[in-house]
Formats: sequence, structure tokens, C-alpha cells
Amino acid sequence: MASAAHTPARTLYEKIWDEHVVQDKGDGSCLIYIDRHLVHEVTSPQAFDGLRLNGRKPWSISANLAVADHNVPTTNRSSGITDPISRTQVEALESNCVESGITLFKMSDLRQGIVHVIGPEQGATLPGMTVVCGDSHTSTHGAFGALAFGIGTSEVEHVLATQCLIAKKTKTLRIVVRGRVGPGVTAKDIVLAIIGRIGTAGGNGYSIEFAGEAITALSMEGRMTVCNMAIEGGARAGLIAVDQTTIAYCKGRPFSPKGDHWDQAAAHWQTLHSDEGALFDKEVVLDAAEIQPQVTWGTSPEMVLPVSASVPDPAKVGDAVKRSGMEKALAYMGLQANQPIEQIRIDKVFIGSCTNSRIEDLRAAAVIVRGRTKAASVKLALVVPGSGLVKAQAEKEGLHTIFLNAGFEWREPGCSMCLAMNADRLEPGERCASTSNRNFEGRQGQGGRTHLVSPAMAAAAGIAGHFVDVRSFA
Amino acid sequence: MRAFTSVTAKVAPLDRPNVDTDAIIPKQYLKSIKRTGFGQYLFDSWRYLDPGELDVPVASRRPNPDFVLNQPAFRDAQILLSRENFGCGSSREHAVWALDDFGFRAVIASSFADIFYNNSFKTGFLPVALPAEVIESLFEELAATPGYQLTIDLPEQVVITPGGLRHRFDVDDFRKDCLVRGLDEIGLTLQAGDAIRAYEARRREEAPWLFTA
Ligand code: SF4
Repeated sequence: MASAAHTPARTLYEKIWDEHVVQDKGDGSCLIYIDRHLVHEVTSPQAFDGLRLNGRKPWSISANLAVADHNVPTTNRSSGITDPISRTQVEALESNCVESGITLFKMSDLRQGIVHVIGPEQGATLPGMTVVCGDSHTSTHGAFGALAFGIGTSEVEHVLATQCLIAKKTKTLRIVVRGRVGPGVTAKDIVLAIIGRIGTAGGNGYSIEFAGEAITALSMEGRMTVCNMAIEGGARAGLIAVDQTTIAYCKGRPFSPKGDHWDQAAAHWQTLHSDEGALFDKEVVLDAAEIQPQVTWGTSPEMVLPVSASVPDPAKVGDAVKRSGMEKALAYMGLQANQPIEQIRIDKVFIGSCTNSRIEDLRAAAVIVRGRTKAASVKLALVVPGSGLVKAQAEKEGLHTIFLNAGFEWREPGCSMCLAMNADRLEPGERCASTSNRNFEGRQGQGGRTHLVSPAMAAAAGIAGHFVDVRSFA
Repeated sequence: MRAFTSVTAKVAPLDRPNVDTDAIIPKQYLKSIKRTGFGQYLFDSWRYLDPGELDVPVASRRPNPDFVLNQPAFRDAQILLSRENFGCGSSREHAVWALDDFGFRAVIASSFADIFYNNSFKTGFLPVALPAEVIESLFEELAATPGYQLTIDLPEQVVITPGGLRHRFDVDDFRKDCLVRGLDEIGLTLQAGDAIRAYEARRREEAPWLFTA
């Protein structure tokens, strides 16, 4: 064994990777072991079919945890799912879980919720793990110092059958956010500002480690918001070093280790950070003090600006591909060049999604909404907690009453209007202040127009009827 | 899995960066629990003027005549040419299934989102990344040449233009081998079953808290 003095300095990514290599294939790809596999209804049915077709069984049943989230209704659930196509998909998940013995949180279970909210909440996501799910926002779990990334359905089948994946080490990118953000500036604004800087392809081929005081000062909820959107910056995985905040969050959760195992685990987790002097392939530095509340104006998360700015003018852009992209985006979004962002009026508000549906997010929105009323011009303001447990906690704190009194709707947990696979959606041309993570064309409903913002900014827009700077919204 | 060696086919241009998987196959079609039949919904909201659902027959809908794949010249294209960050967004493998089911065998772009890139190989579909300048030149040639065709030779790792220019592209040996021979990756991994079990035994010692459930 090499002594510590001879071990080369490694990044957090390299440490987790090294611990999970089962076999090196010699061409840069490795067979890596997967500790946790989260399963949902949309990307798994064809994988279970594939297993059956080949007469294969799950390799390790207990490594899997399943939940239906994308298709579930957020209104009265006592009568089940009325849309027959959605129902079929949720039922397929249920029968696949029954057949294979995989634990499933059913729609009626208090623990049901968005897969990326319930994993951490249950302690099913732990530091140092490899975590995968047939969903790109699996990057969320990197907030725990876990190597977590999204996979496609064929890989879901591969993990079910072998508990492994064939993967290639990514390059590493460290993004350092120096100093502290000002009041009213949240984790969502930090990550939107990062994507504005590096672009949506900036992280292609990299895993991002987020570091710096502004990141370590975040709660676990805030860190999950940041890592959630690593994929929007093109990186498959985002990571944040383990510290006392991480360890304290994990303690006492249903799937977390107990007793001696806890002590052993916590001791190991203390080592899950990049070593002094570890080399990253690339580094980007941002100044936290310069980050303002952010609003996207286009159809890609990189099309983002501070709330005080105006919609950009394609005529001022030299690069032809970029200019035509901007023109397409402005046409789709129904916006004029040079229009101040604060003058953009909205039709709907969506507070929810795996980016911003945790208890802190709801608290931040409730602070803004308290004692106020939704603008009459706003047709719908939806608040959708990330899980049944988040919902119960919010109700204990009386947050639901604050929202309901202001004319906001208080719903059952699920993905909801983040991707509009259930009944919650935008109509063509409708404009939404949304706390979700994607503003792609049609994402929240065909022809719908999405502006990504923080929960406080979404709440403020719902009250004012247009975007406003939360910092001056006293 | 279907093997991929080489293809010579007509090319369709999709001249925009960041073509996301929501655009390739919108979410309402992900409710299908099958792996086939997605080609008719490929690029659905660009391709049709009216909205679609899984239970609405596409024959009853109005195609958008301006959309490239609705133009007779490109209907039988098997290679798609696009710009940077192709396949970004959602991890849905349905995006690859839709491209494949429509009749495409490969996409050439200046860069790909990682998950889409990975997913492609599992369906015998080839993503080819070439430098942005080369992509630019291919768009120009395509615009100037009716019936423009390219050859993609995977064993040789080259894209060959009608003028005989050979553009080399990168691909991992393992992925290439699986694709050229049409191998079942899961079957291959299961052959390493002893190595997986040995790894698990070691991890039970090192990190027992991972194995308590
Ligand atoms: S909330 Fe949105 S982004 Fe998150 S898992 Fe659900 S659909 Fe995907």
C-alpha cells in the first residue's frame, strides 16, 4: 500500500470513480458499480420488458427504489389517474415492481414524490455513492458528494441486470463561486448565472465540481438546486464536497446507516472532497457579489440575464448561427428586443419541480406571498411540493394557508407543470414564471413560454403580474 | 442490437444548435410503454401545424410544409446534419428510437450532449462529432448540391464527402466494437459476473453501510 504521502492528489470525482471500478476495459472505459438505482414510470417499462425478453432478473433488488412522479395528477387522487394512457404507464411500473420485488412508493404513500426529492429525503442517496436514474436531473444527487448521473432506458436495463454500467471517465471542471451572494439571491440564481457564463454546452464531457464560499454556505436544498441544473450546463454530473452540512442532513433518515455503520460511514464521508492541489481539466471562477436574481428570456437555459436587464437585441450579434438562434427564440417567446425584463407580463406561475420544490423553496416563496394577493391578470399560480413529506411539513408550518389566501393553488406532489405530462400545462402562447429547469420550446405545454426563475422571483411575479426584482419587493 | 458498419445515404439539414430531446420527441409520446412507433412523432411540434397526442392518428394532422423532413427532397434521408450540443436535455432514449424508427441511421453534429450520445449506440444508431468548421462546410455543400449524400464508414472512422474528402471522427474502441458487431452489452457484462461478485465482496468489507437494506 502506498502511504498517504505518496498518493497523488485526487479530485472528488476521481476518488468516487476509483472506488467503483469493477473492471478496466483498457480503452478508457470501465465497468463501474452502481450503488443506487432510482426508477420512475417513464423510462423503465421498456427496460423491464427487455429483462423479461432475455429471461434476466434484477441483480440486486435492494439497490433499487421506485416511484411514479412524471404522470401523476396533482389534484384529487382518490379516484386514481383518469388519463388512461398515463394510468397504463403507472400501472406498468407497479406490476414491474411487484414482479421483481423492488420497493415502490405508490401514489397513495406519504413518501411519494419527485424521484430526485425523495432519494435524498429518504437517505437513499448517500455521500460517495454512485447513483443513477433514467432521468437527466439525477445530477441533483451530486449535492451529497455522490457521483450521480442520468441514463437512458437501455442503461436502466443494464443496471437492473448487472448493477453495473460501462462508462468512461469524464474530464473535470471546477466552478468556484467566490465570496457570498447578496440578500435575495438564491442557489437558483447562482446556477442560472453559471449556465449563462459557460453556456448549455459548456460542460459537455465534464463533471462539474461546484466550490467556493457561496456554494459551501448553501443548505443541502440549495446545493441540490445547483447540482440539479449541472445537466443544463451540459455536464452529466455535478458534485459538491461533503462537509458537516451534508453529514448532518443524512443523519437519521430511513435508509441512512445506523449505529456502528453510521460512525464508519461518517468517517469515510469526511474524506470526500478534492485534495489540496488536485488538478482539474478546467476551472471557471465567478464572483458571488456580482450575481443578481436571474430570469431566462429564451428557449435555452443559457439565454438568461439579471432581472434588471433588457431582452437582448439579435441585431447586435455578429455570429450568424447565434443571431438566428436568438431570433428564433424571441419569436417563439413573443418578446421584443430591448424590452426591459421587468415589463414582461406573465399568465401563470409554477413553483415546483426537482429544482425548487423542497421545504426551503416553499418557505422562500411563502415569505413573498404572505399577506398579498395574486395579480388578477395571472390565471393560475401553482404550488406543487416535491414530495408528500415536504407537503406535510409545509402544512405543519402553515405555508399552504399563506398560498391559498393569496389565491395560489396548493397541489399534490409530482413533476406537474415542469414537463406537463399530466393535466398541468400551459396553453399555446401562455407565459409562465417557473421554478423548473428547462425553458425549451413546448416543455410546459405546446406553444407555452417558460421563464426560469427562483421560487421567490416566481412568487413575486405572481403577485405583481410581471417580473420584479425580489430585492426591491419589500 | 443491429450492427452498424457503413452507410451511404442522403443527408437532411437541421440547421440549429441545441436540438433538445423534447424537440426530437415531445413528452406526450413518452407515455407509450413500447419501444417502437416513435418515428411518426419525430420532431412533432416542428413537423405538424396542429398539436398531437398518442391517441390522435398523425394522418389526420396538418404537416408543416416548411419543415425540412416534410420536403420531398429529404424524406428518404438517413443521415441528419446539425449543430452543436445535439440531443441536450432529457435523458429519454425515445429520442434515439424516434430518429431510428423514422429511418435515420446517424446524426452528424459538432458536439453532442453526453446522455444522447451514449444512448445512441444502444440502438445501433451512430452519432458522429466533427469539428465546427467541417460541419459548416458540409452545410454549405449540402445547400449547393441537390440529393447530397455522405458515406459514414465506422470501421475506418471517416465521413466521406461526394468530392472524396475524408473527415476522421473519434469513437471509443469498445463502443465501436459493440456497434460494428451488433453485440448485446448486457450479455457481455454478465460474462464478468465473477468480477462483479468479487467487487461486491470487497465493498461489503470496506463500506458495509451500503449493504444493509
Ligand atoms: S420535476 Fe421536471 S425535471 Fe425534475 S424529474 Fe420531474 S419532469 Fe424531470
